[in-house]
Amino acid sequence: MEIKFTEENLKKLEEAKSHYPTNDAALMSALWLAQYQFGWLSNDVMKYVGDLLNIPYEHVLGVAEFYTMYNKKPVGKHHLQVCTNVSCMLCGGYDVVDYISNKLDIGVGETTPDGKFTLIEAECLGSCGTAPMMQINDYYEENLTKDKIDEILEKLSKS
Amino acid sequence: MSDFEPIILKKIPDYHNIEIYMKHGGYSSLKKALKMKPEEIIEEVKKSGLRGRGGACFPAGMKWSFMPQKTDKPKYLCCNGDESEPASFKDREIFEKNPHQFIEGTLIACWAMGIKTAYVYIRGEYYPWIVMLQKAIDDAYSKGFIGKNILGSGYSTDIYIHRGAGAYICGEETALLNSIEGKRGMPRFKPPFPANYGLWGCPTTINNIETLANIPPIIEKGGEWFSKIGEPKHPGSLLYGLSGHINKPGIYELPSGTLLTDLIYKYGGGVKDNKAIKMIIPGGSSMPPLRGDEIDGLRMDNEHLKSVNSYIGTGGIVVMNEDTDIVKVIKRITKFYYHESCGQCTPCREGCGWMLKILDRIDKGMGRPEDIDLLKDVANNIEGNTICAFGDAAAWPVKWAIKKFIADFEKKVSESVELPVTNKVHSLRLAVQE
Ligand SMILES: Cc1cc2nc3c(=O)[nH]c(=O)nc-3n(C[C@H](O)[C@H](O)[C@H](O)COP(=O)(O)O)c2cc1C
Ligand code: SF4
Ligand code: FES
Repeated sequence: MEIKFTEENLKKLEEAKSHYPTNDAALMSALWLAQYQFGWLSNDVMKYVGDLLNIPYEHVLGVAEFYTMYNKKPVGKHHLQVCTNVSCMLCGGYDVVDYISNKLDIGVGETTPDGKFTLIEAECLGSCGTAPMMQINDYYEENLTKDKIDEILEKLSKS
Repeated sequence: MSDFEPIILKKIPDYHNIEIYMKHGGYSSLKKALKMKPEEIIEEVKKSGLRGRGGACFPAGMKWSFMPQKTDKPKYLCCNGDESEPASFKDREIFEKNPHQFIEGTLIACWAMGIKTAYVYIRGEYYPWIVMLQKAIDDAYSKGFIGKNILGSGYSTDIYIHRGAGAYICGEETALLNSIEGKRGMPRFKPPFPANYGLWGCPTTINNIETLANIPPIIEKGGEWFSKIGEPKHPGSLLYGLSGHINKPGIYELPSGTLLTDLIYKYGGGVKDNKAIKMIIPGGSSMPPLRGDEIDGLRMDNEHLKSVNSYIGTGGIVVMNEDTDIVKVIKRITKFYYHESCGQCTPCREGCGWMLKILDRIDKGMGRPEDIDLLKDVANNIEGNTICAFGDAAAWPVKWAIKKFIADFEKKVSESVELPVTNKVHSLRLAVQE
């Protein structure tokens, strides 16, 4: 597969660059765009982004490694990120992890064989008042119950 | 339920919409401010007594006055919406319910400090709220409140969102600067302070989202009006966040100095299943925890919390009932700090790992009698010995939980089972790998 931003993403990158006095500062935006387009940040993708912005690959790698939301390996289509930090833990966050793990038959950090779901434990997602909760890709699912989880997974497994 | 008229989270339907916001007088403080001299605005903010809402409670007006007036360099404002301190979820509420008041406050701050570019740093996970804020910013641009020649004043300011990507430490102000510059979010040594050497070496101010959202009403009604709300030494309203074992969790905007028992029982509907309270975190996971028997008559503001050796932090209150396993909770919190340490300072990088390892073995019934002292020792060696305040944030929960719940730790240690360990180094390694 050729690694190249779509026209739209190239435009978005130009827009991001215009927000800062240096190209380097647009790196995080560029990595986000890359992750949305390519799914995860392979070495080749990071090299491409570095070339676009004139930033050495080592620096791109360092930044990508520092931030946990940049995926350094492929993840499932639906990235289930269950918060187990203090407020969620008190409200059953770990039960949610166990329930999903059993239901999908994958451990934490694993992806289902069909590539649909990846399950991870997340740190506090700023949704403590609606615990337990998880983030699925960009969106939040809050006040989770077994029924609600069943419903969500059912819907996602069809998409 | 409360007679208090909220200053930020107003009970007006669709207040996030610019038309509704303007219908209720929105952006008139900006108009007023543009007719005032910058020093008059800073004076008004000083008079208000407003303290930063990002955790450190630094007086906002004083911070603004540190910005050099005469400089050839561009100046910057960074609005801190990283909000990654566990148990904190208030700034998100502002993005969702009242983004324009925050934007208006940001614009007034820029005018007062002569700033032409503001960045709003928002944690990467808050994608839905980034979309909401961007919509509000776009609307404010199209009405001429942001951009070139604001309301014909000749003054121009741009506001851009910078999306983080999952790193708690980027909430620390100098780590945030590095992150905006497109680097790893490593805190910088201070001095130099950001007011002199911030973004790209230029004068920079960092303020929390809630701090800035308080500015328009201060300009509208005056600093003196604000200074009379709540606790005089820490005036205004606070966006208290209730979570954990509580019947009605959520964000409650109330005057500073509200009784903790009122927050829990009157507003929060009491403890789930009517249980007794064992432990309370008063302002985000970094703040020294309180015992259930310390909360009677306790007022929630920074001054009063000092009397029980804690702080208000972000105002995120976690309620834990009588059945809570304190060691497990502190272990989970320490795991967070272990995961989030940026790794620059040895005491923080190594210490968080050691604390986790010791807590883990105590929790699993493999603790040794000397472990509690060892844990205290590690925490004391982190506190105050690091580049940024993250070290204290990691050490405090451990240190104070031991002080306040020593019996819980001792019980777990005394119940420890002797496991046949043939090779000590090997067993340690197993604990770390967990
Ligand atoms: C580890 C750490 C994390 C922090 N996270 C945040 C945060 O998420 N949001 C915030 O406003 N301040 C945070 N702060 C405090 C900031 O460094 C800074 O004091 C604050 O943004 C200043 O704004 P204020 O004066 O308006 O409160 C953090 C500090 C530390 C040490
Ligand atoms: S205290 Fe911890 S987080 Fe802060 S700079 Fe040092 S290692 Fe990094
Ligand atoms: S503790 Fe789970 S969202 Fe905050």
